[in-house]
Amino acid sequence: MKLENILELKNISKKFGAVHALNGTDFHIKKGEVVGLVGDNGAGKSTLMKVINGVYTPDSGKYIFEGEEKHIKSPRDTAALGIEMVFQDFALLDNLDIAENIFLGRELYKSVLGINVLNRKEMAKESEKIVREKLNLDIDSVKSKVKNLSGGERQGVAISRALLFDPKLLILDEPTASLSVDKIKNVLNLIKKLKELGIAVILISHRLQEIMEVCDRISVMYRGKIISELITSETDISEIVTCMVGGNVKVY
Amino acid sequence: MKNVNEKSNKKLTRMNSLKDILVSQYFVIIVILLVMGITISFLSPVFLTSRNLLNVLLQTSINIIVAVGVTMVILTGGIDLGVGSVVALTGVTLGTMLKANFPIPIAFLLAVLVGAFTGIINGLLVSKGKVPAFVATLGMMSVARGLSLIITGGRSIYVFPKSFLNFFGIGYLWFIPMPVVIAIVVVIVAHYILNQTRFGRYVYSIGGNAEAARLAGVKVSSMLIMTYMFAGVTYAIGGTILTARLNSAQPIAGNGYELDAIAAAVIGGTSLSGGVGTVWGTVLGALIMGVLRNGLNLLNISSYIQQVLIGTVIVGAVLIDRLRNNKA
Repeated sequence: MKLENILELKNISKKFGAVHALNGTDFHIKKGEVVGLVGDNGAGKSTLMKVINGVYTPDSGKYIFEGEEKHIKSPRDTAALGIEMVFQDFALLDNLDIAENIFLGRELYKSVLGINVLNRKEMAKESEKIVREKLNLDIDSVKSKVKNLSGGERQGVAISRALLFDPKLLILDEPTASLSVDKIKNVLNLIKKLKELGIAVILISHRLQEIMEVCDRISVMYRGKIISELITSETDISEIVTCMVGGNVKVY
Repeated sequence: MKNVNEKSNKKLTRMNSLKDILVSQYFVIIVILLVMGITISFLSPVFLTSRNLLNVLLQTSINIIVAVGVTMVILTGGIDLGVGSVVALTGVTLGTMLKANFPIPIAFLLAVLVGAFTGIINGLLVSKGKVPAFVATLGMMSVARGLSLIITGGRSIYVFPKSFLNFFGIGYLWFIPMPVVIAIVVVIVAHYILNQTRFGRYVYSIGGNAEAARLAGVKVSSMLIMTYMFAGVTYAIGGTILTARLNSAQPIAGNGYELDAIAAAVIGGTSLSGGVGTVWGTVLGALIMGVLRNGLNLLNISSYIQQVLIGTVIVGAVLIDRLRNNKA
């Protein structure tokens, strides 16, 4: 079966002053594929993700989504395409409940006697659907305050938030960075679940074991460029590490 | 099996809600309020008369109105020290307009616009200028007071149309004094805004974590400006009522109102670090202060001692809140 690319970046460059954060790099991801993005600190992973997410506009290069070239100006544009990003620090609000967090910025209204009021019931119902049916999270109630959740559950809520608009491509930035070992397992299961749902996932992580466990393919960045594309089943950690330090260039 | 699960879940939620009630700030405040009320009623037979209770509400109404505005500002993680000065500035604006024979609605509207304008300035300074709210509103406190003195030349403006006094100050709707009616309207509107609109959610989210709110697409700057603007409008309403009750607009009016308003919010459970608190809590907080003042007056306790007691109550309320939150 030939899967087509959902996103393809060609020869993307981005300069900050004299620093070449991205140096004419290519990147692609197929529908429903899980791609791990690895690289040393400062290799340009975050910048590349911010270009994909629309936070940064590249200085040059092509941004091709589902076969069409797009001119992305802001995260609003990429959200319209179906690209969502889950941030490293989860970006959740402790003082709000789960449903309120999932719908933050996209609240639903209903009309009562001609006055618009928040449709809490509908928002709770939709949140339940995502949290329980799609992600199978074990959460008491979507009315729980986020501050009472564990790190793994918080990551689940952050991903639920991203799933609200049925994204086609999801970027997870270090989703396990601040989690304990047993919680990491849950998050990896979540990523497998996303793959089952047919969502393409870009996973940024420093933990190569988990990259090996859930990713189909691993893109290695070095000095602002993806220098190697490794198929997970045909590689091992030591090869990835060699690539990460710029020792081996290998493109499939 | 599923059924059983659902049932036990429901039971669990119910138990949770009972627990929630017991630990909730409201429960404690209401108990304190009742204990205070009962104690005072034993010590003074006048306290529980309907006339006195209405009087407490009347005396508290201005504080309730401006405290609701301050609560919204505090919910965003800010603070407003300019309350009293803006009350005075809007009061003398209104007074000047009435003296110049402007129609009452126009004069009132102008006062509201002045209040909103001071709020917009505060909001711009805090959001765009990145000036700490404490400093921005401290500046406004001085500027608005100075402007009030300039406008009036330092003198009070007095004797206003009877219809104005009736509507905003001394009149009644059935048996409820007009200031109380207006306070009720302000509280309901503020409750609606905070709980039933996006804007309200954003107020809470900015106070919870402004950066996360921004990442979720909340326009933090304009939301902050709107919040301070709304607060400014509540001060204008407070200033209008004060002017009508005194039948005079004084440039030195409203002195220290900011402290009463912040105290009401804090006693009512609003967290000074933002994101937590409700309008109802603030109403209860304002009532506690009102009942305490009233009770101390009825018991003929000197106003010097009153200041000491009220200061103690404010700090005590926050202390209890902190201790309980740390435990949970």
